[in-house]
Amino acid sequence: MENAKTTAEIADGIRRRVFVHAMRNNGGYLSQACSAAEQLAFLYNEALTLGAPTLPPVPRPFAGVPSADNPDYVTGAGYNGPAAPEFDRLFIAPAHYALVAYAALIETGRMDEAGLEMFNRDGSSVEMIGAEHSPGMEVHNGTLGIGLSTAAGLAFGRKRRGEAGEVCVFMSDGEVQEGQTWEAVQAAAHHRIDNLWALMDVNDQQCDGAMGDVMEVRDLVAKFRSFGAVCVEVDAHDLDALRAAKATPHEGAPLVVLARSSPTKGMAFLQRRFPRLHYVRFKSTEERAEMNTAIAEELGVPPVDLEAEAH
Amino acid sequence: MVEMVNRPYAAAFEKHALANADVLCLSADLTSSCEIDGFRDRHPDRFVSLGMAEQNMMSFAGGLGLAGYRPFLHSFGVFLYRRPYDQLIASVAYPRRKVRLMGFLPGITTPGGMTHQAIEDIAVMRSIPNMTVLETGDATEVESICAAADSIDGPVYCRVLRGGVPRLFDTPIEVGRMRELALGKDVLVVTSGIATEEALRCRAALEGAGVSLRHLHIHTIKPFDRAAFLDHVSAVSKGVVVLENHVIDGGVGSLIAEMMAEAGSGKRLVRLGLRDTFAHGGSRPYLMKHYGLDATALLAGIEELLGEKTGIAEDDLAAARVEAVHSGVKAEAL
Repeated sequence: MENAKTTAEIADGIRRRVFVHAMRNNGGYLSQACSAAEQLAFLYNEALTLGAPTLPPVPRPFAGVPSADNPDYVTGAGYNGPAAPEFDRLFIAPAHYALVAYAALIETGRMDEAGLEMFNRDGSSVEMIGAEHSPGMEVHNGTLGIGLSTAAGLAFGRKRRGEAGEVCVFMSDGEVQEGQTWEAVQAAAHHRIDNLWALMDVNDQQCDGAMGDVMEVRDLVAKFRSFGAVCVEVDAHDLDALRAAKATPHEGAPLVVLARSSPTKGMAFLQRRFPRLHYVRFKSTEERAEMNTAIAEELGVPPVDLEAEAH
Repeated sequence: MVEMVNRPYAAAFEKHALANADVLCLSADLTSSCEIDGFRDRHPDRFVSLGMAEQNMMSFAGGLGLAGYRPFLHSFGVFLYRRPYDQLIASVAYPRRKVRLMGFLPGITTPGGMTHQAIEDIAVMRSIPNMTVLETGDATEVESICAAADSIDGPVYCRVLRGGVPRLFDTPIEVGRMRELALGKDVLVVTSGIATEEALRCRAALEGAGVSLRHLHIHTIKPFDRAAFLDHVSAVSKGVVVLENHVIDGGVGSLIAEMMAEAGSGKRLVRLGLRDTFAHGGSRPYLMKHYGLDATALLAGIEELLGEKTGIAEDDLAAARVEAVHSGVKAEAL
């Protein structure tokens, strides 16, 4: 698909959409938009080779889970284009980044903005925790740590079939606390799976707070390299650095790009909430109004009309 | 004398894999223990070693399924559902990947004790949506398990026997069909896996004592032919006895209890198997006797159902097979 906007514009658009959505819905995954906006913009607008969407711009309602009795079942991968040999595949491993991923789909013209209105509504496929059938998703990753293994298996299979397309996993740093992540890296390295790469949002945040307080993970670059991956670390908000990182040669090994991010980038007001940033709720009407004004100003958009949104 | 077949899985898997290009052989460091060492050596390009890392292996297999492959995962049954259960659900069962889980050492067929004995696997697997559950009871079923499992449009868990396996049947597994081994009218005996051989040991003695036995062997636990089964229940006067190499909760006995209750059959049911207990390490004959999984236990269950003694003594039962602990077939070695 032709790029209609620059990657920087798309990143700004992701933050704005997630901000407006959180304001109108009394809270949301704001910090994930702050840390990952450039990364998802980069993936969809530049890094990945994806075909045109195969599913309608306005997502269809939830149409049942996979079963022998549901032959028409499809995943949400169609928003990333067809699963053709020449195209890349993307897994969003931290499924709670779904809102940010949906915003990226809208900003890149892959989903209509009406899709975000369906977010977390009963009977909708645009679920809060991205499911297989949610736009842009191909596998369930809501149980953290399984994404890289699945991607390694898919990449191994695609390489075996001689397909040109790569497999990319967007990951979160909390996943490195799961042992399975390291099982996946060692397997990908052992089998020389080099059509696989991961972009990890290293924001040092997890559900309980700052990772250093919850469980120290120490030197990630050294750990990934020890397990056999090619690993580079960059500033997550520097697009040129992301471009250079993606171009790192990694023949015979998977590539892991650690994108060091700020969970309040573009929404400095959120620093008041540090380190409880996983899901931001408003403590009072006053705080909601104050946050609305402050973040809107930083993002360069008018504040959300909270009166009009009141139900 | 029953024919013994040595390592039937080894040749059967190789034959099936070579005839099906999208079948891949996955192993988690139990390659010779699962009888695929010869395959590894002869066909290294079809063999994927994933090491002692079952969680990754399960999700990796899901990814292979997404790429159109049909991976056969080889390990002890316990390592295919206890440790990687979350991965089994999210990466394999939910998306209905064509992943074939070949679980060796079902129940107490290993001296490895609790950590190696898959005694609640059927209960677990049977409750997972989209999952098919098969169990082998003889060499012919082991020889046909690969084709049977690979015919399923979705994930399959198989209880596979290894080492020296007796040949009891001469027709391959037909998925979904129970084997009718006897069509008597007093007592319906339902067995699966190694329990079937025990029931066969009772048969002559019971006939001699005037008990008319109806005997079903179950290789397809899920899906289950409910209508055919209920017809068999209707055909006996006294009731049903189930013997299985599994805890009695959630396994074949539970499955049958559910169907009989839902149908309002009004017949008695005796469930035999491990009774809310783990087992410990020991030889198979010892464990079967100790935990009440053998022919003697089945006889007692039938007598309980009949409400009277048959007069059959343990010595009247056909002899149990006993292999030397260090015999060449190594049925019980780790």
